[in-house]
Amino acid sequence: MAQYNVQINGRDYSADVEADTPLLWVLRDHLGLVGTKYGCGIAQCGACTVHLNGNAVRSCTLPISAVGASKVTTIEGISANGEHPVQVAWNEVDVPQCGYCQAGQIMSACALLDKNPHPTVEQIETAMNGNICRCGTYHRVREAIVLASSKMK
Amino acid sequence: MKLAATAGGGLFLGFHWADSEASPLMEVLSETAVAEGNIGFNSFLSISTDGTITILSPNPELGQNIKTSFPMIVAEELDADWTKVKVLQASLDPTKFERQVTGGSGAVPHSWERLRKAGAAARHMLVEAASKRWNVAPASLTTENSIVTHAESGRKFTYGELATEAARVAVPAELKLKDKKDFKLIGKAVRNVDNLEMITGKPLYGLDFYREGMLFAMIQRPESFGKKLKSVDSAAAKAMPGIVDVVTFKNNVAVVGKSTWQVNKARKALKIEYEAEGAIESTADHDKLFKDLLTSTDASVVSVKRKDGDVDAAFKSAAKVITREYQCPFLSHAPLEPMNFFAHVRPDGVELVGPSQTPEAARNETAKLLGISPYTITVDMTRLGGGFGRRLKTDYVVEAAELSSIIKAPVKVIWTREDDLTGGSYRPAVRYRFDAALDASGNLIGYKLRGVGINAGNCTREDNFPSGAVDNLLIESIEHKSPITTGPWRAPITNFLAFAEQAFIDEVATASNKDPVKFRLDLLDKAKKTPVGAIKYDIDRMKAVIEMAAEKSGWGTKKGVAQGFSVYFSHRSYVSQVADVILKKGKPILQKIHVAADCGIVVNLSGANQQVRGGVVDGLGHAMFGQLTFKDGASEQKNFNSYRLIRMKEVPEIDVHFVNNGIDPTGLGEPALPPTGGAVANAIFKATGKRLYNQPFSKQDPMKGVNLGEKL
Repeated sequence: MAQYNVQINGRDYSADVEADTPLLWVLRDHLGLVGTKYGCGIAQCGACTVHLNGNAVRSCTLPISAVGASKVTTIEGISANGEHPVQVAWNEVDVPQCGYCQAGQIMSACALLDKNPHPTVEQIETAMNGNICRCGTYHRVREAIVLASSKMK
Repeated sequence: MKLAATAGGGLFLGFHWADSEASPLMEVLSETAVAEGNIGFNSFLSISTDGTITILSPNPELGQNIKTSFPMIVAEELDADWTKVKVLQASLDPTKFERQVTGGSGAVPHSWERLRKAGAAARHMLVEAASKRWNVAPASLTTENSIVTHAESGRKFTYGELATEAARVAVPAELKLKDKKDFKLIGKAVRNVDNLEMITGKPLYGLDFYREGMLFAMIQRPESFGKKLKSVDSAAAKAMPGIVDVVTFKNNVAVVGKSTWQVNKARKALKIEYEAEGAIESTADHDKLFKDLLTSTDASVVSVKRKDGDVDAAFKSAAKVITREYQCPFLSHAPLEPMNFFAHVRPDGVELVGPSQTPEAARNETAKLLGISPYTITVDMTRLGGGFGRRLKTDYVVEAAELSSIIKAPVKVIWTREDDLTGGSYRPAVRYRFDAALDASGNLIGYKLRGVGINAGNCTREDNFPSGAVDNLLIESIEHKSPITTGPWRAPITNFLAFAEQAFIDEVATASNKDPVKFRLDLLDKAKKTPVGAIKYDIDRMKAVIEMAAEKSGWGTKKGVAQGFSVYFSHRSYVSQVADVILKKGKPILQKIHVAADCGIVVNLSGANQQVRGGVVDGLGHAMFGQLTFKDGASEQKNFNSYRLIRMKEVPEIDVHFVNNGIDPTGLGEPALPPTGGAVANAIFKATGKRLYNQPFSKQDPMKGVNLGEKL
């Protein structure tokens, strides 16, 4: 066990955990940031997607010891009131079904649009292909990203 | 933790993000805390003096959108202002609610009338209260948007202003429900009531439930079906950081500790030996037994499900006989939120919290196990991160309760994805053989279906089309009992049977030189004119979706597009689909799927559209990729790197049309899934001349190596 200080959503957090503890479980079990979901534990489904220095990464395979001084953003840090253009679009398009994968979908979408505000459909599909939606909301995810892109100007 | 009962009764699970500074734990909030000043009208709804209308949604929400559509039905009859409606998930309470179950696409059909009456009763009470206050006849009052108006005098009361008096008005035995043509909310696209919570990452799901002092547990279950626990050496696991105990019960070894990761790690340090206690089966064994049983003449293993006319004579006189076989593998439900449940067994009662499609069964099973009264057990329902039938089983709830009773502490049992894929309750593997007899003019004069399923019960649906339309028909089912556990999987049996039937009918139509749409319509006309035996589907509704799908898809009119047709009746509803396939350099590209659905009245257009598209994506994804194979009693696919689910790039455009016939709702959670495999396979045949018989398609010619999502 060791003390890890991490910067999440612009705030400093510390957790006393083992070095190999994935960021996902530190967020959920130790910091109470449960918006980031567990789906597979092997970086295959994208439910645990967070941003590390602005890049979409899978927190289920990222040990806390590897986070260091990187800036972590979770779904809670996008906008607590759902005012980020991507969240607004998600609501307008009424994307979620069960909703469990949606935080991860939104995190992947935000990372894409931060780098490429006006992606083509093909670029959207490539960026989102690592996020599984078991309910099959893919059409609306795509539609919401196109809408969010138009809101971002 | 705050617990309280109120006038409305019951206990509500509110998720309260206490403080983002510290460690925010989810709390259970009482109804009073959530909506102060609520005045109860009936089991479903209360109105506060500020006009807030709180509607309880009693059924488990797993993405079928019941938590939005149920309250819409209440609000419609109430003439409520939807913007003032607050929806809460009710806890299990069989004394107040009926059928708190998510399964069989049955919630809306079952509750339609009682929800309408709940809204209409409250509306009646509000109107009566206003009529007393103004001393005018109730008939002179109108309601809209949570306001009662007396048009003659122009006076108005809000529902909030009337709530206190209205709650005392007696409810009449006879309630007048709205004329369906006057619906204002039902049929509209209304957004999911939990959108904000879901898109901001608020705690909603069972896995998000944390309680001060709660322990975490993972359970190592037998590595193979047919094996039992022999010995456990847990010394190394127990010595690991954060581990509180290792407990053995039944065939389970539970590692209990202070965090998910610690129990996950310690579990890997267990040294466990298993021994055989039943048959240890592999997929190769099943492939062989399928073939043996499909040709078995042993009457003792065959269950005859339906017999019309004289099939032997028909096949003897046939000008042409077509025989085909279709096979599907086991599937896992793989909801994205793995199984989990919180249980706290105390001396005076039991608290259960988590995702379940059958909370009442979970409660009763827990009561039975612990030898206590079910009334000492509370079940609070979290949102479910998918279900697909897996959470109709109560195994993962009962084991949490059993563990809590042993360790005498509150505990959340968490399944990993590996536990989920290897833990059973699968969609059964099945193989079907169909025989069709055609006369010299290509008429279908005889039809036989035999299915062999592994723990599938009756793997046929003997009264489905074309039963009733064929003079000589025989439907038989054979079940092989296996230690590999199975359970209902979205659209049980029909999730594969529909593909087999619709692919076979297509082949029969081709053999009789008839257009596949016309062939089906002709059979339905025959069933209408000269029905054979009992007909348990609605011929007119089926014809209507067939005609609608043909029209909307431009059936038979598109150049360069190969179209495949399919229609299916399941769970009271009718869905027809047309798949459009285009060849690019000899490889098929699935461009579009057209859907015509008849689920009766559409409650929420947005949710209904989601159910249909989601059902099609589910049907397509599993037909293309889904496969669990077994070696020595264990599933060979253990996570999403080998158990393939469909991804965004692979979904075609899906065009959805609803039949508007004013029939009371007949359900939509499942019916869109079954027809998809058939429509796609039939289109692939049209495009390539090659038939698909087995799933997953991706392992069969001509779909091997085909990238579904390739663009033109």
